[in-house]
Amino acid sequence: MMSLAEAVDRLVEDGDTVYLAGFTHLIPFAAGHEIIRQGKKDLTLCRATPDLIYDQMIAAGCARKVVFSWAGNPGVGLLRSFRKKAEAKEIELEEYTHYGMVARLWAGATNLPFFPLRSNIGSDLPAHNPNIKTVTCPYTGQVLSTVPALNPDVAVIHAQRADAQGNAHIWGIIGEQREAAFAARKVIITCEEIVSSEVIKSDPNRTLIPGFLVDAVVEEPWAAHPSYVQGYYDRDNDFYLEWDRISRSEEDLRAWLDEWVYGVSGRREYMARFGAERILKLRVNSQYSVPINLGSYR
Amino acid sequence: MKYSAAEMMTIAAARKIKDGDRVFVGIGMPNLACNLAMRLNAPNIEMIYEAGVIGANPSRLPLSIGDPCLVTGATSVCSMFDVFTFYLQRGLVDIGFLGAAQVDKYGNLNSTVIGDYDDPKVRLAGSGGACDIASLARQVFILLPHQPRRLPEKVDFITSPGFIGGRRERERLGLPGGGPTVVITDKGILEFDEEGEMVLVSIHPGVELEDVKANTGWDLKVSPSLTVTDPPTERELAILREELDPKGIYLKRGD
Repeated sequence: MMSLAEAVDRLVEDGDTVYLAGFTHLIPFAAGHEIIRQGKKDLTLCRATPDLIYDQMIAAGCARKVVFSWAGNPGVGLLRSFRKKAEAKEIELEEYTHYGMVARLWAGATNLPFFPLRSNIGSDLPAHNPNIKTVTCPYTGQVLSTVPALNPDVAVIHAQRADAQGNAHIWGIIGEQREAAFAARKVIITCEEIVSSEVIKSDPNRTLIPGFLVDAVVEEPWAAHPSYVQGYYDRDNDFYLEWDRISRSEEDLRAWLDEWVYGVSGRREYMARFGAERILKLRVNSQYSVPINLGSYR
Repeated sequence: MKYSAAEMMTIAAARKIKDGDRVFVGIGMPNLACNLAMRLNAPNIEMIYEAGVIGANPSRLPLSIGDPCLVTGATSVCSMFDVFTFYLQRGLVDIGFLGAAQVDKYGNLNSTVIGDYDDPKVRLAGSGGACDIASLARQVFILLPHQPRRLPEKVDFITSPGFIGGRRERERLGLPGGGPTVVITDKGILEFDEEGEMVLVSIHPGVELEDVKANTGWDLKVSPSLTVTDPPTERELAILREELDPKGIYLKRGD
């Protein structure tokens, strides 16, 4: 266990390929902000759905390249910094489909060099991405599309809860978190709560990521704000709409980064600045699952 | 009863869903169309969201594709890899809904760039799951506004294949899915002929044929049995307005 500042300082290096995981749920915003604060640069940012946090990291000058499948503001529209820098060729793009991106992680996570798919064929994507190739099946002779393994230098995953060893419980939409953790060389887990190992072991099916894969565990409540965390808080949708306005002008964007990223020491100060009223509105009511019986065996 | 073009589109899409279909759903209009169909003509459809949620029964309109409201009360949740591999590539999805910036006469969809890929006029969001859905779903339903720039003869970039250059091309390339079967716009309903080319089969009430043709980027084929779409019923509109989108987030009202 360590602070987020220490984890990012120790584990993220300039020029790294990083994967901040999540499919609009459990987005590791706090880690992204810490990467910006520490001025990390020349990063290759990978994620199926680079959203606001990648837009902010791109705006702050952290990114050299973006590897992705859908770059938008989910449910709102476009990512303006991404789009502006892509159109000006200030960032390099490498794009796949969603299936292609998650299949790349799957190959990386399972020590295979590539993954075959029945997608991509007939699309113009392979003509513009030399990493999408084909293979002839040795059994049937069928031609299949292939995507190469993705092995990020660092994966950052936000979990609902983990123990001090990094055994992480994740529930709700589980996107590509497990695949990213197994594919990466180094893993940072941020979580809403650190719990005892007894809590983790009470429900082993929910442990998506084993602690022995994890290099740093950070307890960071609200680390996914403004995105959602199932069972903990709702999306701060006002912010997703605000970002669309803020990111229209370079001046507003700088002012926002100064106030909300560079101007705070970490997540605690960031959330305090939002104020209790706005935060409390994001709390969700409880709805529990029925406990399962694991059995006690003699 | 007055209604908007967006309401007509959603209702026309809902009517095309058959009971028992497994539908790969996106947020926005497809989500509304599926929920409407479930309350009327197709009570037993299975909604699969690309975030990996099967049998979702959301208590509100999802804010994004990964909204936790999709999970609470759903039948099953899996990873993105699983939903694309076990459900979509396995051939279990009957209908995939897609929109795009551009759709051409062979139903190819562009959601990547306007202009040249390496020097784009506009950089769009990219495929997401669209190419995978277009390749692998048994049928694809396309929803988009009927404008000449949205319906060019040839898309600037094929993100997601329709019939590419003609109906036989999908089979030649070994694409498992059946390709697009219907395009629903704010002006009418289009299907694909034996060549894989779009044909206007129905015009929404109050729309002129010349208006549809003028807003299509090529010389649009018109079915000899062209019909007029049945207007929305009071029941359809009531469900949309009172239950599904009470705040009018996705659908502007006709009144």
